[in-house]
Amino acid sequence: MSTRDLARLDAGPRRAHRLVNRVLTYLFLVLVAVFFVVPVLWLLTAPFNRAPSFTVSLSQPTLQNFPDLFKNPYSASSLLNSAIYSLGSVVLVGGCAGFAAYALSRVEVPGRNLILIVLLLLSSVVTGSAAIVPLYFIAFNLHLIDTVPGVILLMSGGLLPAAIFILKDFMDGVPGSYEESARVFGANPLQILRDVVAPVVRPGLAVIAVWIFVNAWGNFLIPFVILRNPALDPASVQIFSFQTSGGQAVLRTAAAFALLYTLPAVVLYLVVQRRYGFRFYGGIKA
Amino acid sequence: MAQVRIEDLTVQFSGGTRALDRLDLAIEDGEFFALLGPSGCGKTTLLRTIAGLVLPSAGRVVIGDRDVTRLPPGDRNVAMVFQDYALYPHMTVAENIAYPLKVRRVERSRRQEMALSVGASLGLGELMERRPAQLSGGQQQRVALARAIATRPDVFLLDEPLSNLDARLRLEARTFLKRLQGELGITTVYVTHDQAEALAMAHRMAVMDRGVVRQVGTPVEVFQYPANLFVAQFTGSTPMNLLPARVDKGALTVGGRRLPFPSGSYRLREGDRVTVGVRPEYMDLSTVERHDGLPGRVAVVESLGVTSLVTLEGEGISFQVVVPENRAPRAGERGWAVADPARTLLYDDRGELIRAF
Ligand SMILES: Nc1ncnc2c1ncn2[C@@H]1O[C@H](COP(=O)(O)OP(=O)(O)O)[C@@H](O)[C@H]1O
Ligand SMILES: [Mg+2]
Repeated sequence: MSTRDLARLDAGPRRAHRLVNRVLTYLFLVLVAVFFVVPVLWLLTAPFNRAPSFTVSLSQPTLQNFPDLFKNPYSASSLLNSAIYSLGSVVLVGGCAGFAAYALSRVEVPGRNLILIVLLLLSSVVTGSAAIVPLYFIAFNLHLIDTVPGVILLMSGGLLPAAIFILKDFMDGVPGSYEESARVFGANPLQILRDVVAPVVRPGLAVIAVWIFVNAWGNFLIPFVILRNPALDPASVQIFSFQTSGGQAVLRTAAAFALLYTLPAVVLYLVVQRRYGFRFYGGIKA
Repeated sequence: MAQVRIEDLTVQFSGGTRALDRLDLAIEDGEFFALLGPSGCGKTTLLRTIAGLVLPSAGRVVIGDRDVTRLPPGDRNVAMVFQDYALYPHMTVAENIAYPLKVRRVERSRRQEMALSVGASLGLGELMERRPAQLSGGQQQRVALARAIATRPDVFLLDEPLSNLDARLRLEARTFLKRLQGELGITTVYVTHDQAEALAMAHRMAVMDRGVVRQVGTPVEVFQYPANLFVAQFTGSTPMNLLPARVDKGALTVGGRRLPFPSGSYRLREGDRVTVGVRPEYMDLSTVERHDGLPGRVAVVESLGVTSLVTLEGEGISFQVVVPENRAPRAGERGWAVADPARTLLYDDRGELIRAF
């Protein structure tokens, strides 16, 4: 027998082994997919079902759930509030992070990467529930409880470091010669930022804007703690009020509301994805 | 239009690198002036200091009759073309050219008009609505030039503008740029590490080494009379032959051979050690013995096209000769290299040119 025949003999069991491996892999992937897809299917079907349950079915199709939803006076206002808090955070965080990232990218601050990392670590604590009590006290002493600026400021504080971190990476990617040539033409720093740097990092700004929006839109803890007046509640808090006095969830309206609540984030992602494509240049360059 | 004077200029970076060391230079009005030197010698730093992007640790920069040492870049009325051209990727060619005018608050219709006319004069008429990414390297380079020209600067600062082009295009761009500068008559400081570029384009040039100027002169002066061994080695497309020699009874002993002195008279003493410098182009190869020639055996013959570069091995020395295409010897043959006495230079033991009188 030649060596080639030997190799072929050997390949038999190995091929079988590979087949089994592949079957197992796909089985696993299917399970994972089902795990993630079923809730999405529920979200797409339940709002249009007259009597939704915790199964995916469209047995009694209807559109009546939506008018019923808006009989609750806070349904519309909460979506509007969410938009205000989210857009407010986008403007505040986007603006501050833009300037901060530009400065950090261009000015040699000793240990600036360390500063960034520490900020980033702290921010995950600040937004987390661990710091909610001190945050509450700060807000209380600043008379920010039950106010719109209070919600926006507290949410922004947690998002700012990560936004700076990601944006700085985009800013680092802009060649220094762009700004230097503009300086030689006589442009001042604000003109350079507006005319040269901002347009060049626009994909990064778009990514950050969506990221801030989605984070603020989904934030439950901060408005839940800071707000008393239900007229100020955002959708993330409002969604918990679709229940009977006995605490039983009213699935008809809750599902309809959940769908409306999800849509803006999905639409935003798609729009930005189409215009810029998502690019996260994470991490610190040496 | 203006003269540029650099006085006692020192630039020391925070890391401790002294990029420029007490440098003096005067660039005349309307002159095409090349700064030539190896990578890292401080050419870009000097250019950036003239532009105002680097603040000197000491010394002055004077443009025309204004001391601009402490002025911000935008107030110096200079225009700089960067090595990477620094074209803004989100702007069209027209917008790129017009941007400096926008910064200077030229009204919109006027600046569009100016961008179009400058662009057209540089052959960019068809490309005005394209973005930089849609242009070839040569076109990008012309857009960068157009943008600089449109500002009507007193001084043009060009940092290796041809180094990103391929060899063929570089030659065309060289001619184009030289003609353009002649037409505009704007004082131009041109940084390059390519000696051929400097020799071909400049009215005058400075050869730099580690933050100091080693020679200033016209290309012909620099090529024919390099002031020191550094300049001698750095200029010329083939390296100059530099052979150790000793003054011996009115002649020079080179590689065990007595050769006549070059033309002119020199103040040298018996026994002085010197370096004989002669470019391969100024040497002739003889196939018969010559008493004024350096004997050697042909080791390598490199074709340069019209000419060939012949490397000969002599007694403990090797030297190169450029010969016409029809006279290239074969490797292993014997030859005598005869230096043109009018083009032979002597350098003292510190490497400085010994001038004949
Ligand atoms: N911003 C800077 N900080 C520290 N050192 C620098 C800086 N820019 C240039 N240098 C140093 O100064 C010297 C001259 O650099 P440069 O002017 O760029 O040389 P060239 O253009 O002739 O190649 C080099 O040793 C370089 O490393
Ligand atoms: Mg350089």
